[in-house]
Amino acid sequence: MSFDVVNYFSNLLNGNTIVYYKGNIDPDIINKVLDTVEEKMIRENEQSKLRKKVYNVLVESLQNLYHHVDKVPEGFDDKSYEKYGILAINKVEGGYKIITGNFIQTDNVEKLEEKIKRINRSTHEEITDLYKFILNHQRISSKGGGGLGLVDIARKTGNKLNYTFKEYNDKCSFFCLNILVGENN
Amino acid sequence: MEPIIIEGTPKTPTIKFDASQGVFEIKGRSIPENSVEFYKPLVDWLDTYKESPLNKTVVNIKLEYFNTSSSKCILDVFKRLEAIHKAKNDVEVNWYYEEDDEDMLEAGEDYESIIRVPFKMIEITE
Repeated sequence: MSFDVVNYFSNLLNGNTIVYYKGNIDPDIINKVLDTVEEKMIRENEQSKLRKKVYNVLVESLQNLYHHVDKVPEGFDDKSYEKYGILAINKVEGGYKIITGNFIQTDNVEKLEEKIKRINRSTHEEITDLYKFILNHQRISSKGGGGLGLVDIARKTGNKLNYTFKEYNDKCSFFCLNILVGENN
Repeated sequence: MEPIIIEGTPKTPTIKFDASQGVFEIKGRSIPENSVEFYKPLVDWLDTYKESPLNKTVVNIKLEYFNTSSSKCILDVFKRLEAIHKAKNDVEVNWYYEEDDEDMLEAGEDYESIIRVPFKMIEITE
């Protein structure tokens, strides 16, 4: 019996959820989420510095989903989706949390986790150098990503990337990324 | 050479590349999912311009947001400018950023450290 990804994801949420979405991730949905979050932050009179950081990190998170999610596993309810993802933006004390969830082939877990661990053990200066190295040396992949999204998120937030991998079945896992964008970074 | 003028959209910037004046501008938001598709015609146009550039080329970058996939394409634009500069022509990049936007300033400094072209960082105060 595989675990309930939607229920698992919901348990990660705390604070005041301003946007929640689950389903296919396509450019239209990305536009809608960005517009909604931007409008809400303006209405909340958030400082432009925080608004810009949240917007930037949100763009990268959503486009990471768009470019990188693996296929929905067999037996999952929502088979019709080509790129299935779950997303929540929470207003928390001192900032916003952006939480994403998506399926990943278990074979790809190790590589992604290694990348995150490398970012998490780096200082801010090392992350800046890593960003510049990838910018200058790596081509845009066939999936359309530049390999810079997570590095950029860590650099802009100044926070560690909080994440979990949960085994869904023998081939597939569920990846959640929990990013804090604070007022003081 | 025909200029390139492209109106901005919520996800792509306004572009004004005028070869007769040697003034190029990229302004607004650059956050498309497929940035290569957007920037390829600009890079191709610059490949033609760099064959016979004006003595002085001025580039104004006034970006509010750009995603990491655009960042690679913007580097490709700067690499064409670097080639023009290397061929003993004047090239100047004006990198604009809003006063509270340290991330945008740092992004400009990233390019300045990679590309051998004079950069001017210009703070926009409101």
